[in-house]
Amino acid sequence: MSKRIVIDPVTRIEGHAKISIFMDDAGNVSDAIFHVVEFRGFEKFCEGRPYSEMPGITPRICGICPVSHLLASAKAGDAIMAVNIPPAADKLRRLMNLGQFIQSHALSFFHLSAPDFLMGWDTPQAQRNVFGLIAANADLARAGIRLRQFGQEIIEVLGGKKIHPAWAVPGGVRSPLTEEGRAKIRAWLPETFATTQVAFDLFKKTLTRHQHEVQIFGNFPSLFMGLVAPDGTWEHHGGKLRFTDSSGSIIADQLDPQKYYEFIGESVQNSSYLKSPYYLPLGLADGMYRVGPLARLNVCEQMGVPRADAELKNFKQMGRGAVTSSFLYHYARLIEILASLEYVERYLDDPDLFSDNLRADAGINSLRGVGVSEAPRGTLFHDYTVDANGLLQKVNLIVATGQNNLAMNQTVAQIAKHYVHGKDIPEPMLNRIEHGIRCYDPCLSCSTHAVGQMPLRVQLIAPDGTVLNDVARG
Amino acid sequence: MAAKTLTIDGKEVSAEEGATILDVATDAGIKLPTLCHLDGVYDVGACSLCLVEVAGMNKLLPACTTKISEGMDVKTDSERLRKYRRMTLELLFAERNHVCAVCVANGHCELQTLAYSQGMDHVRYDYSTPKWSVDATHRLFGMDHNRCILCARCVRVCWHIEGAGTKNVSGRGARATIITDLNQPWGDSETCTACGKCVMSCPTGALFHKGSTAAEMEHDRDKLEFIVNAREKKQWLP
Repeated sequence: MSKRIVIDPVTRIEGHAKISIFMDDAGNVSDAIFHVVEFRGFEKFCEGRPYSEMPGITPRICGICPVSHLLASAKAGDAIMAVNIPPAADKLRRLMNLGQFIQSHALSFFHLSAPDFLMGWDTPQAQRNVFGLIAANADLARAGIRLRQFGQEIIEVLGGKKIHPAWAVPGGVRSPLTEEGRAKIRAWLPETFATTQVAFDLFKKTLTRHQHEVQIFGNFPSLFMGLVAPDGTWEHHGGKLRFTDSSGSIIADQLDPQKYYEFIGESVQNSSYLKSPYYLPLGLADGMYRVGPLARLNVCEQMGVPRADAELKNFKQMGRGAVTSSFLYHYARLIEILASLEYVERYLDDPDLFSDNLRADAGINSLRGVGVSEAPRGTLFHDYTVDANGLLQKVNLIVATGQNNLAMNQTVAQIAKHYVHGKDIPEPMLNRIEHGIRCYDPCLSCSTHAVGQMPLRVQLIAPDGTVLNDVARG
Repeated sequence: MAAKTLTIDGKEVSAEEGATILDVATDAGIKLPTLCHLDGVYDVGACSLCLVEVAGMNKLLPACTTKISEGMDVKTDSERLRKYRRMTLELLFAERNHVCAVCVANGHCELQTLAYSQGMDHVRYDYSTPKWSVDATHRLFGMDHNRCILCARCVRVCWHIEGAGTKNVSGRGARATIITDLNQPWGDSETCTACGKCVMSCPTGALFHKGSTAAEMEHDRDKLEFIVNAREKKQWLP
């Protein structure tokens, strides 16, 4: 008799989701689906609004990555105005994006994922969270929290507040860096480098302990996509798109992100409110690609800053061709934190950041504008169509988590197939499956369940609806 | 003109005949909540926020349009007044689509400031979430009817300071709306001089400079007062 296991809700991710695991008559896992059960409707209710308001509206999608939406939205506005923004504005936007990478990656690593791999999968759920981490290693937890705070500080120094700053605007940004802000960032930098080093050391130790997880936590061939500079250097805000395959070969390069619809298709599944984008030339079946830290490091040739480049070399050796295990998203995230810190340090000496020429002015010069930026979780697209007066007619948002949807399904299935056999559902198994999702640091928007206190429920359901087994916790 | 003596909040004051309760209260240093009132143009009593109690009268009176009389005993603050003012504010929020967080006037909005000052922490009425449009046809300015509270300040400054007579109120009740000329797109108006006084007078984000982003729309009311003083009192100093 075939059965279905449901994990609902999935905890320590941003947003609401559940996992269904389908079992065949022999009691083996046949498939698994990651469902996003929340519906936001942003694309619909933005219709009719002036495009200039979008950098204020779209960051409200999420409190974790508002900056990503802010920047993609402002860029879509630049495209509608058909302007090149002042160089200083571009640098300032980049500086804020680096702050966003640091804070979001630190949150994912220290608050959400570290409790699993530092404390162990078999630690009781009540202790396997950030509070448990504080109890076990207060210095590490505090350093992680402060690293995130540093990223938030950069955002606040530029935008006036940590969350939802309406600072980037179509045509540029509203205000420059201040001397006071620069001094604050500069004074804090050494501590953040030190914390990052501690995290690297810890993760590398973890890695030797968790080789098994590296092999089965989303380790499969797929395509990878991310922005790269013209010379193949890591990018986070400009550049063009590159696709590589799991052998590490470039299959498409310097694609214009403004024309994403020529090479990215979007499929809609009945089981989820999350769309599943795929690489159009290969079709839905073979076009699965991953985005985010793992993908960005797979597609780029160098980070462009010395310390992160040294780590990148080490990272690249972990795969034959591309690094295909999603467990190594964590490692990639740390490398991106390091690169971001190095770039922030470099920017601090740039006199352009104090310029007062920050905003291009223009009317509606293009009725469609696409803004693309790398969010911590992956490439983010904002595609706006406006009327002649600049009122939105159509909005399409392609978010990172959506692009990882197909890969997340496969990850869940891979882990479940390995650990679930028969009717019993042991607690550590549940957590391993959840962690497979956490590797992607999915942002299902809006709410953060960082404490991990939400109840988790797994049900084994027979085809006739009878509950064969029901495990609840929390 | 004869002087009248009256009591406001227990304080004896005198003022010239023809003054309103709002004028007298303001002179006496008593701050009444107002929304449709704008220095420089006449009052219409549209918002009911400046309601006061007058001894001997059961109904509440708008301070901005009620003339003072001899021996009047006025109360500007009471439990009853606070209740009605809050109710009025909540109804204004429930009537159209006011989303402060993403509004161009966030932080510079009189409706928002009043809601804070009157302790409005939630709205007890169902939001009516009507479908109103944005008129972005004008070269410089936009009008978002979702954020309009029908105070008619824009209409008054357009007619009585600029003298263009472009803005009007059309319809009644919940369907009332600010229109341009004979209800045509603002960009097509032949009477609009694009002076921007209406935008400066707007208490909310309903009228805005095109291209404004969240919290960016600030209103410079002093300009209106400057123009009126220059014209009526021949004072050209700001």
